[in-house]
Amino acid sequence: MKISPQWLHDFVALEVDYPQLADDLTLTGLAVESIVGEGDSTVFEMEITTNRPDAMNHFGVARECSAIYRLPLRSHEPDLPPASNKANFSIDVEDPAGCARYTARVVHGTTVGVSSQLIATRLTTLGHRLINSAADASNYVLWEMGHPTHVFDLDLLEGSKIIVRRARVGETLKTLDGVDRKLSPHDLVIADAAKPVALAGVMGGFDTMITAKTKNILIEAASFDPVAVRNSSKRHGLHTDASHRFERGADFESTVLACNRVAELLLKSGGGELLGHPLDVISRRLDQAPVALRVSEVRRILGVPLESGEITDILQRLGFELMPEPGEEPEFTVHIPSWRLDVEREIDLVEELARLHGYDKFPKTIPAYSGAVIEQPGAEKDRKLRTCLLSLGYNEAISSTFVSHQDAADFSESSSLIELANPLTENASVMRPSLIPGMLGMLAHNLNRGNENVRLFEAGNVFEDSESPEQKKRICLGATGSAVSSSVNQPARPISFFDIKGDIETLLDYFKYDKLHYDQDASGYYAYGRAAKVVMDGVPVAQFGQIDSAVASRSKIRRDIFVGEIYLDRLYEHSVREIRYRPLPRFPSVERDFSFIFDDSVTFETISESISNLQLSELQSLVPVEIFRGGSVATGKYSILLRARFQSVARTLREEEVARWSAEIIDALQALGGKQRA
Amino acid sequence: MPKEKASSYSVPKLGTFTGPTLDKAVAKLLAAVDAESKHLSQEREWKDFRDRWLSRNNGLLAQVNELWLKAAPKESKREVGQRVNELKKKVDYQIEDIRSRLVSRPSTGEEAGKSESDREMSKPAPDSRALDITLPGIERPLGAEHPVIKTMNEIVSVFRGLGYSVEEGPEIETDYYNFEALNFPPNHPARDTQDTLFIADQDHKPPRERLLLRTHTSPVQIRAMGKTKPPLRIVCPGKVHRNDAPDATHSPIFHQVEGLAVDTNITFSDLKGTLDYAMKTLFGSSVKTRFYPSFFPFTEPSADVQISCIFCNGAGRRDGAACRNCKASGWIELLGCGMVDPNVYSFVDYDATKVSGFAFGMGVERIAILKYGVGDIQMFFQGDVRFLQQFA
Ligand SMILES: [Zn+2]
Repeated sequence: MKISPQWLHDFVALEVDYPQLADDLTLTGLAVESIVGEGDSTVFEMEITTNRPDAMNHFGVARECSAIYRLPLRSHEPDLPPASNKANFSIDVEDPAGCARYTARVVHGTTVGVSSQLIATRLTTLGHRLINSAADASNYVLWEMGHPTHVFDLDLLEGSKIIVRRARVGETLKTLDGVDRKLSPHDLVIADAAKPVALAGVMGGFDTMITAKTKNILIEAASFDPVAVRNSSKRHGLHTDASHRFERGADFESTVLACNRVAELLLKSGGGELLGHPLDVISRRLDQAPVALRVSEVRRILGVPLESGEITDILQRLGFELMPEPGEEPEFTVHIPSWRLDVEREIDLVEELARLHGYDKFPKTIPAYSGAVIEQPGAEKDRKLRTCLLSLGYNEAISSTFVSHQDAADFSESSSLIELANPLTENASVMRPSLIPGMLGMLAHNLNRGNENVRLFEAGNVFEDSESPEQKKRICLGATGSAVSSSVNQPARPISFFDIKGDIETLLDYFKYDKLHYDQDASGYYAYGRAAKVVMDGVPVAQFGQIDSAVASRSKIRRDIFVGEIYLDRLYEHSVREIRYRPLPRFPSVERDFSFIFDDSVTFETISESISNLQLSELQSLVPVEIFRGGSVATGKYSILLRARFQSVARTLREEEVARWSAEIIDALQALGGKQRA
Repeated sequence: MPKEKASSYSVPKLGTFTGPTLDKAVAKLLAAVDAESKHLSQEREWKDFRDRWLSRNNGLLAQVNELWLKAAPKESKREVGQRVNELKKKVDYQIEDIRSRLVSRPSTGEEAGKSESDREMSKPAPDSRALDITLPGIERPLGAEHPVIKTMNEIVSVFRGLGYSVEEGPEIETDYYNFEALNFPPNHPARDTQDTLFIADQDHKPPRERLLLRTHTSPVQIRAMGKTKPPLRIVCPGKVHRNDAPDATHSPIFHQVEGLAVDTNITFSDLKGTLDYAMKTLFGSSVKTRFYPSFFPFTEPSADVQISCIFCNGAGRRDGAACRNCKASGWIELLGCGMVDPNVYSFVDYDATKVSGFAFGMGVERIAILKYGVGDIQMFFQGDVRFLQQFA
């Protein structure tokens, strides 16, 4: 909102320079964001908070200045000639809920022309378009004292009558901006005997507006219900200076003054006569109840004892009236000025005291606290996984929460997606059901910019089911390019399935579980045979692998990319593996190698399970050391070199027991169809 | 066959024990170890190879002991002894090195089909020369923390230190938690400042149950007060969304950290002291804070907080020109705060006459932008590794 500090001088004799004034206003609650221009055309760009409609005009800001600087406030008393005759006109407020007060004045035989130099200069300084002397007068009064008014061409109103009512079904109104609007029965309108002539508090009608031909004018100043105005304004997408103020609340007591002020300006610029006294219909009074203020409460909230004297002084400067109440504790009954619609409670007065006392004058203290810090249940797990991913070389990333319908369908198993009612774009209209589309987007972003080696992870929520939406936390990893970059020391090695698998294994290793199974059956967006679903104690906790090339190419990716998604809600059902000390082995270990040929259908998991079923307690590990295909090995088969390591915590192993275990292992491997190589 | 040729080395008897002769013999021996090791492809072969060289009984190094050291004349013993010791260390090391290379070589089926020269390529030649230690080292790349999450964690840890527990809540909220219980009445213009993204198909529900994306993390405060009686100190980090078209300074996605302290004795001075301490911890102890009145429906009195500009130290000018970071004002607006409005307590069954409290909130991206001088908020959400790696 723009305020001209020069205009403020109409009401208060300011002595400070403009930068100082801006600072002082800001520090007491009317924020001046910037100062533009010089001299008389200086403009303050102000940010007036929604609770202070009283300060959204020059008189209101001047009133605040008078409180800050203890300067007298000159309020404007319109200088009007005696009214002649009576206006032959009536006002009927049919909807008291929508309109508490409607005030009107009639000016006869005036001439509509261009505005005076002062009005023109002031309005244009604030960036307003000049229309004609009557419309400008109404606009000027809005910026001067804050109360919105409207001027009608009286001769175009039918039946010498104003009715304030809701619109009837099927009624329309062409508003001043030239748009024909279908009215809703919820719209509060100003109507004449025949038709709506204004959308109350929002905008006047085109057909009754002031033109150069206008001679007789009806001036309106009313107090409309903020919600009614807001709903009409939203319904019709019409945000105006008037609706902005009515939505926030206009001063019930200032309708007559506003009418008179417009009348004064009309008579001054175009002549004519004032017809009758103001027509003033009060359908219900908006009186603010007095508020009790305890000095003890001021101290309890602010932490500083303000003297009764200072309390009285501050509130009186702001226009409040205080009546001391008898009693042990100092207490006041405070009467609220009609323009301060935001002050209804004791705490509102405490705020007034704090801001005029000066926020900077309060001491800084740090309160003692006896409670305990409570950890979030997943916090330690979150931290472990994050630290691990960072040390594995994955960069932490954040992608969009929103995906396209296509991506949502492609990367979700659920049919129940959550859509936005007012998305920013069609491509961002669904809450992500998976982190993978975002990851693919980020990988593509990098590849398009020549970043060939990329490792990223994102921890974030995914969403499903719009009836009772579920938010689930996941971690997504993405990698493409080299696992090892080429250098003088080593050749490059591309990232493989087993790199991602190793990383997933490292992450899962933090958790306690009995059995981990890698299932072929991964989602369709993964490449067949190059992806796995990780099943921990019977529950899938992750999927990972190479993205199907057709899916990747939809994201314009033509490289091998690997991603994984860990379902933290399920993984976190497992506790963190306890760290426990075991004494280091004191006796040497013995290794034995087994070279076998197996059918391709025999997986390493099958081999390793059959060996662990032997329950050889001294068998510490069984690892595959080499795998061959081709050459002398028949198609459909592979040769594997397995290395078993035996060790006892109690003794040095004897040759014959190792031989016995080895024989058991050989039997087990043969039972799987393995053929021992010579 | 090359194998036989490679194994054909035997320890020579030495005629003289001068320096040059010894050096020559040592070099020949090391070359032989090297040559033989090239033909090893399996670990079993390596074991034979190791025994041939290191066996205590009759290994080649044992022979070196016999033929070189024992045979040397008294005056040369020291010099010969030194060399033999060095030689043993080198051979020991080299043979271990060869083993680890054999074990670590990838043993997939594809690899086994590769030719010998392919394997040569991946195996650095043993080299007894001094290394060019100025060549770059082998780096193991570390991932970088995201600057926003790093900043968010820093803010949270300042408040943890003051006794605040972390609380989290859903990103999809009801109108009740995001607005109503925070004293944003239905149809209040203050809602307009929030640019809310709404979930589709909610019209059949009562207004307070309709779903939207939380526009701030303040609903977490209501949820926390709803389940915990005072005293309470929480800090709520998290993601929030607004209907803001993305550009250099706006993003529909951003992060906030909000905090709340409620107790029987919390005052406006406590709010000032707490935030002043937090800002000094985050931005340096020379930073000053400035509080001025503002409006939030859920706090009263409300305040905006500025810190003295960290770029020009509050002077408003830097390097002889107006400071751009603070628009020459010397102050940077950083957070909003206030005393919890008593109306809010009525939604969570706290007794407003007995307890008081303060709440505060700050945008994490804004702080990260300040701290790191990032020019475009969109950089945070693209996952560009050139950007992210700068924060490693
Ligand atoms: Zn600065």
